[in-house]
Amino acid sequence: MFLINCPYCGERDQAEFSCGGEAHITRPKNPPELTDDQWADYLFMRKNIKGIQFERWNHSNGCRRWFNVVRNTSTDEIIKVYNIGESPPNINGNNPSTPSGEPIIGSGNISTTFEKK
Amino acid sequence: MHKKPKKYSVFSLIKNSLTYHENWQPAWRSPEPKKEYDAIIVGGGGHGLTTAYYLAKNHGITNIAIIEKGWIGGGNTGRNTTIIRSNYLWDQSAALYDHALKLWEGMSQELNYNVMFSQRGVMNVAHTLHDVRELKRRWHANRLNNIDCEWLNTHQVKKFCPIINTSPNIRYPVLGATLQRRAGTARHDAVAWGYARGADAMGVDIIQNCEVTDIKISNGNVTGIETTKGSINTKKLGIVTAGHSSVMAKMAGMRLPLESRPLQALVSEPVKPIIDTVVMSNTIHAYVSQSDKGELVIGAGTDGYTSYTQRGGFNIVEDTIAAVVELFPLFSRMKMLRHWGGIVDICPDASPIVSKTHINGLYFNCGWGTGGFKATPGSGWVFAHTIANDEPHIINAPFTINRFSSGELVDEHGAAAVAH
Ligand SMILES: Cc1cc2nc3c(=O)[nH]c(=O)nc-3n(C[C@H](O)[C@H](O)[C@H](O)COP(=O)(O)OP(=O)(O)OC[C@H]3O[C@@H](n4cnc5c(N)ncnc54)[C@H](O)[C@@H]3O)c2cc1C
Ligand SMILES: [Zn+2]
Repeated sequence: MFLINCPYCGERDQAEFSCGGEAHITRPKNPPELTDDQWADYLFMRKNIKGIQFERWNHSNGCRRWFNVVRNTSTDEIIKVYNIGESPPNINGNNPSTPSGEPIIGSGNISTTFEKK
Repeated sequence: MHKKPKKYSVFSLIKNSLTYHENWQPAWRSPEPKKEYDAIIVGGGGHGLTTAYYLAKNHGITNIAIIEKGWIGGGNTGRNTTIIRSNYLWDQSAALYDHALKLWEGMSQELNYNVMFSQRGVMNVAHTLHDVRELKRRWHANRLNNIDCEWLNTHQVKKFCPIINTSPNIRYPVLGATLQRRAGTARHDAVAWGYARGADAMGVDIIQNCEVTDIKISNGNVTGIETTKGSINTKKLGIVTAGHSSVMAKMAGMRLPLESRPLQALVSEPVKPIIDTVVMSNTIHAYVSQSDKGELVIGAGTDGYTSYTQRGGFNIVEDTIAAVVELFPLFSRMKMLRHWGGIVDICPDASPIVSKTHINGLYFNCGWGTGGFKATPGSGWVFAHTIANDEPHIINAPFTINRFSSGELVDEHGAAAVAH
């Protein structure tokens, strides 16, 4: 549970929004030439990142417009909101120190700091 | 070598009570990792533990380590609402989950460990005409697969579970339900501990507080892993890390068709026995049972976004509670005691992946999402077979990663009733 700063409406509860999943997946240019594996890759395979993730959100119970969000999925901290069509911004900061981003025993909620732009 | 574990019995209980239960032997050892193993299982949840257990028991491979970053059973195994059933729609899933259900039936005896498996029945309630059609279709499909299933009308539902609200005037009235009498619940921690004890007795090293940080691959073959306790060599590596499967896949340069999301559950204050079955509803998204301690065990839904935080949105809990209170108005003044989340790995077709990969010696068992507890023994059984023979067991052959290329998805969304 967190707040999202809709570029059009301002800060609202996450429950007003729908997540459209990983951003910047481009539709293949020549669909008929794709192999089955390439289709599977485009349709189903996801990075599902623990840490900094670029994703699409829609303000579905508000202005209903799409935009991109950079979010740390190990803390739910939102780092940046940017427009559809823009290329992913550079984010500097500490990625989770271990792959799981957790202390050896812990809940996954350690806060890591990233530069907000 | 350590001493063989002593059998638990009424006599050992009496004997140990004389010394105030201070002299029980530890249920498993805590060894330091060796330099090399014949097989390594990453993830000490139920599925990882059963994999190691059946590798040792069914395939005679005992030089194995289970590497767990926290404590065994501390992941989704210890966080779930423990519903066990096999009334899935498709033949592939029916075979997978019913094989597991049969293993549950003999588990306490086999492990000499009481997993408190209770076949109290699971009722899947229908609230709309569409629900009725879907559930009746599943009822027929189950019967064709020799899986016990009954259809109850509203009157029979009320008789089976008298506290349920069958008023026709509620927003989602009870129009009927399927009932699987062989289904039920079990004690989740006991399952992890029982299999850990059983695997340990056959020589499996259970290594806790040790995180896998990298997978070593050379020329397309697995050669070992890096961990917070140093590097360990192996030629066979089974990854069973549920919500963290994509994190592990990244170490091998792979992506998986998974999204990791929080799924929440909560328990109430303990009360006297009031509900002696499991009630699940897909449409209003709620499921309830009562633990032997007397707490209501309530499962909620997943959040609609990727997150590894192990806590979910409060709005999700609110929706679930609203649904539970409509079905069971007498719960409206119950106090909730605890509430938590687990990170579940969801596949696009809501079916698991128990599979080889294009890297030799690297195997994945994941994608169980919101409903893998019920499959714990069967999942380990078929995954052990896959690792030992480098070929899937006939039961998990449909659950490869390749199905996302071939298009042979096993679509259990909705068909499998509510999540879990
Ligand atoms: C709230 C909730 C309710 C549920 N209800 C039900 C239900 O009623 N019925 C049902 O059938 N299923 C249910 N499920 C799903 C079920 O819990 C899971 O499918 C099942 O327990 C998965 O078992 P597992 O052993 O694969 O995963 P886990 O038990 O999660 O084990 C994975 C282990 O891998 C470890 N790990 C991760 N990364 C690393 C690393 N890098 N190095 C070492 N170790 C690592 C983790 O610490 C963890 O212990 C529910 C889940 C949740 C969260
Ligand atoms: Zn908006």
